[in-house]
Amino acid sequence: MNNYISTRNVHLYYGENEALKGIDLNFPDNGIHALIGPSGCGKSTYLRCLNRMNDLIPNVKITGNIEIGGSNIYSPKTDTVELRRQVGMVFQQPNPFPFSIYDNVSYGLKLSGKKDKELIDERVETSLKQAAVWDEVKDDLGKSALSLSGGQQQRVCIARVLAVQPSVILLDEPTSALDPVSSDLIEEMLLTLREDYTCIIVTHNLQQASRISDTTSFFLTGDLIETGRTKDIFVEPKKQQTDDYLSGRFG
Amino acid sequence: MNPKTINKFALNTIKVIAGLVVIILAFLIGRILIQGVPHISWHFLTSPSQEFVSGGGISYQLFNSFYLLVLTLLISFPISLGAGIFLSEYAPKNWLTEILRMSIEILSSLPSVVVGLFGFLLFVVQFKLGFSIIAGAIALTFFNLPLLTSNVEQALNSVSDLQREAGMALGLSKWRTVIKVIIPEALPGIVTGIVLGAGRVFGEAAALIYTAGQSASTIDFTNWNPFNAASPLNWSRPAETLAVHIWKINSEGIMPDAAAVSAGTSAVLIIVVLIFNLSARYLGNKLYRKFTAAGK
Repeated sequence: MNNYISTRNVHLYYGENEALKGIDLNFPDNGIHALIGPSGCGKSTYLRCLNRMNDLIPNVKITGNIEIGGSNIYSPKTDTVELRRQVGMVFQQPNPFPFSIYDNVSYGLKLSGKKDKELIDERVETSLKQAAVWDEVKDDLGKSALSLSGGQQQRVCIARVLAVQPSVILLDEPTSALDPVSSDLIEEMLLTLREDYTCIIVTHNLQQASRISDTTSFFLTGDLIETGRTKDIFVEPKKQQTDDYLSGRFG
Repeated sequence: MNPKTINKFALNTIKVIAGLVVIILAFLIGRILIQGVPHISWHFLTSPSQEFVSGGGISYQLFNSFYLLVLTLLISFPISLGAGIFLSEYAPKNWLTEILRMSIEILSSLPSVVVGLFGFLLFVVQFKLGFSIIAGAIALTFFNLPLLTSNVEQALNSVSDLQREAGMALGLSKWRTVIKVIIPEALPGIVTGIVLGAGRVFGEAAALIYTAGQSASTIDFTNWNPFNAASPLNWSRPAETLAVHIWKINSEGIMPDAAAVSAGTSAVLIIVVLIFNLSARYLGNKLYRKFTAAGK
């Protein structure tokens, strides 16, 4: 398996506070990869290193090496705009733009200079279908995305990411603010995406991790404790801390 | 006393205080309207004022007030939008930004008569603009700028950071995120602030007495060439506004119907400001609904 994303010795500091203490972690091309751990363990922080969203926070210092598709994303030559097009992100709270559904999904495409109306229409439709929300919104694409339910909004946000055809999709607890039905829809959808995208999902829902992910990595207080195939991690974890967390003894 | 009685007592005290405020305001507005509205007529609104005989109107003052307002907004809105965007989105958190913010606060509490005198010395005298609409508009900009800037900043700050992250995560540059995502979402708040500020500017007198002047030069409403001295659009003519008119009549008016003209002008002023305030609410709500609710 070749490693599409490889991170070596990643340290992250919020001012004096060391939030990531040297993470070595690799992800192969495609598949779903779960990051689990108790709150404050650094899994979201780590996820946000992969598309440089942490750059937005003042006083953050990151050291180490993060390569995606063979290029160092923290090199001064990196175009963060291009990087974030390549590495899409879905957030915990659905955050559609205050436009119509159509404009939300087509926005990234138009930004990258696509003008062909037919191509955009087609891409909007495919993305909404992939995100399992097409049937609910197809008659109302002109409607404001903010008028949709939370679950629908989240799927429109996923469609918005898919429309620009990234190679990696980062998901930061994408279902924790949603109802169970919407969560199920999103899980099913992720399973269809795993063939073509590298999905990295932060989740507090251990069942969710065990249901959908191919690999699981367990974080604790800024350290990566254990990583491996999801089946192995859940059935026979090698570290005591992993076992304790998975069996609910803390966290 | 038991907690229940104390609670009741506190609630009633607050109710009385709130009622007092409402009564004072209602009395004030009611009195101005009752005294002034009977004097408002089509003739009053459309004929020029008279200095020595009765029967004068306020057509020039009314036009001047609106024209001055438009000019002021044209100057102050772009500046405050830029400053507000900088403060909310780009300004680093350091002492320089704090000083900037503090200066804006100080500027907003500057007495308007001081702003007027400053405008008089700098623009009217030093820059030789004379008593003119443009000098008045610049003085009013100084008066309006701080509040409008804080308003824009607050409106932008109230947009959730999730939207900023959404924009960045989709590969939008920061500037584009601000222009295309943050500003549209903050628009209802910004518009409300502009209209409320317009109400303040419209009723301002002290800052204008020394800048736009106290005389309403004759305007020819058929001449719309802004470079002609008699044109309504000419910005270098002195221009008395409604508020200044009220002040002047009451301090040195010698027309026989001075009291009536003053009352009528006050009523017109109050009505326009009320319209501004109500439309600010209406516009704000409408824009908010447009961005959030169903419908195309």
